[in-house]
Amino acid sequence: MKDQILKFFKKIEPDKQKSPFMHTLYDGFFTFALVPNSVTKGKGVHLRDGMDLKRTMTMVVIALLACFLVGTYNIGHQHFLALGQYTGLMEGWHLKLVHGLIKLVPIYAVAMIVGLGIEFFYASKKGHGIEEGFLVSGALIPLIMPPDIPLWILAFSVVFAVIIGKEAFGGTGMNVLNVALLSRVFIFFAYPTFISGDEVWVSGLEKIDGIYQSVQYGWAHHLFDSIFGWFDAAKFGAGGVAVMDGFSGATPLGLAAKGGWEAVTQVYTSSDMFWGLIPGSIGETSKPFIILGALFLIGIGIASWRIMLSMVLGAAFAGILFNAWGATPFMQVPWYDHFIMGSFLFAMAFMATDPVTAASTSVGKLYYGFLIGMLGILIRVFNPAYPEGWMLAILLMNVFAPLIDHFVVQSNMNRRTKRAAKATAA
Amino acid sequence: MEVLNIFIKSAFIENLVLAYFLGMCSYLAVSKTVKTAVGLGLAVIFVLGITMPINWLISEYLLSETGLLGIDLTFLRFILFIAVIASMVQLVEMVVEKYSPALYNSLGIFLPLITVNCAILGGSLFMVSREYNFAESISFGLGGGFGWFLAIVAFAAIREKMRYSNVPPALRGLGIAFILTGLMGIAFMSLMGIDPMALSK
Repeated sequence: MKDQILKFFKKIEPDKQKSPFMHTLYDGFFTFALVPNSVTKGKGVHLRDGMDLKRTMTMVVIALLACFLVGTYNIGHQHFLALGQYTGLMEGWHLKLVHGLIKLVPIYAVAMIVGLGIEFFYASKKGHGIEEGFLVSGALIPLIMPPDIPLWILAFSVVFAVIIGKEAFGGTGMNVLNVALLSRVFIFFAYPTFISGDEVWVSGLEKIDGIYQSVQYGWAHHLFDSIFGWFDAAKFGAGGVAVMDGFSGATPLGLAAKGGWEAVTQVYTSSDMFWGLIPGSIGETSKPFIILGALFLIGIGIASWRIMLSMVLGAAFAGILFNAWGATPFMQVPWYDHFIMGSFLFAMAFMATDPVTAASTSVGKLYYGFLIGMLGILIRVFNPAYPEGWMLAILLMNVFAPLIDHFVVQSNMNRRTKRAAKATAA
Repeated sequence: MEVLNIFIKSAFIENLVLAYFLGMCSYLAVSKTVKTAVGLGLAVIFVLGITMPINWLISEYLLSETGLLGIDLTFLRFILFIAVIASMVQLVEMVVEKYSPALYNSLGIFLPLITVNCAILGGSLFMVSREYNFAESISFGLGGGFGWFLAIVAFAAIREKMRYSNVPPALRGLGIAFILTGLMGIAFMSLMGIDPMALSK
């Protein structure tokens, strides 16, 4: 069986001389489909495992799968919650799932096609194999977008992030700023109305004369309606349904900025926020599944527990400090409740721990995480312009990560020089 | 409180390099290693911190209509500010050479270069147009200098790391430095919009 597959791949392999681009394309998919299975056995001191870039990236994508699943379902759940239909968690689950897929699949496809397209182009241009860096960025980008993001804006942001943020610096592993965050920050500053405010976090709604109602469903919904018809299941209908009274679409953070923790708990319960049944970016809402992914990444040794731990400590420190100050309602939000609002855990598990842009010394990682934690809460609480701070806090610390490393290495060198001087003097 | 606010604002929120893109020439030229960047950054903090209050005194008591001469001489502002900056830099240079030859040698040409660093003149002009008082002008000078220091040191650390990057040939050197500065500016926008004064009310 294996031989036959290999034979098949040999047969379709394009000629490297005649069509180099086709060959890079082929090579990328070939090595992705058939990962090298050589594992170094327990001999020797340096290498214990054939863990290469491709496997690392695939592992991160596996860690994100749970976020994808819950995120998809939550898109649909929030949509119907706003309309006041199927308010139970499992009621109308097929509609919620399909609605979520109709939103998520195009976002994922556009991010992947644009990003990988650029990656393929550069690989053939520079004459090296395809780098898999975008596998993870392309999986992270859909998770940090609001469900209704226009696809052309998404495409622009991916082009900006991949070319300016990564390829200009020499490709995978050489970027200074996190590529996924750069694409989000591009939208945040270039098209702010599509990614902030109260109106973007619940999908499939439109505002007509100041009143929200669901959009007219498109062909994809109608297609699934006819499939549901065969099974006598509930259907989407035509759309245009008015939303429930009192629906605002505000995220917990938006509410907290206005009225503090009390305003949040009037709308959402703590368990809703914990399990992720709240409006927000697609992948950031469900905390248990993010923690699951984080533990997985720590377990296989890709993400650094130092960064995660110190980031929690930093956020807690800033939160306690603001609790003690307590000048505005937002400052009085209990520090432990900051963790279940917004995207703290997602940023901690998947963004701050990016091994390329984070600090790379062990001590440096502690400082790096702690500063991100503090800055993130600071931006969230202090900055009236930005409701959420993790994206920008991490980018800011990405800039300072090499400096932190520099000073850690320098102090280490000084200490050892002193020790050596002492040893020779004695 | 006001003085502290101005320090934080000028260092982080309205960073002279990354928000106003002032002082780019020496910022780009002297950021190849962290060591020289630290030296130049410290010198800029010092010069900004000294020239700002002196320029404040000059523009308040010499150039303004309500000053000692009683004539409106504001058209002399640029030339006088530049003269003050140049003489201050000369003074600093002489003092440093006399008392710390080692530091003088490691700074080399960068010390006199501060004279033409537009962040310094820009800072003085900001001070006039924003109508700071004397204490605020000292705070603005030190804060602006600290922000400039922070930016150039972080930039130098990244450039040291980037020596191992495979930057496309067309972008090597200044090209990628400009792109990097722009991206750093985006990262610094995280603090933009924070108003420390609104909180102290």
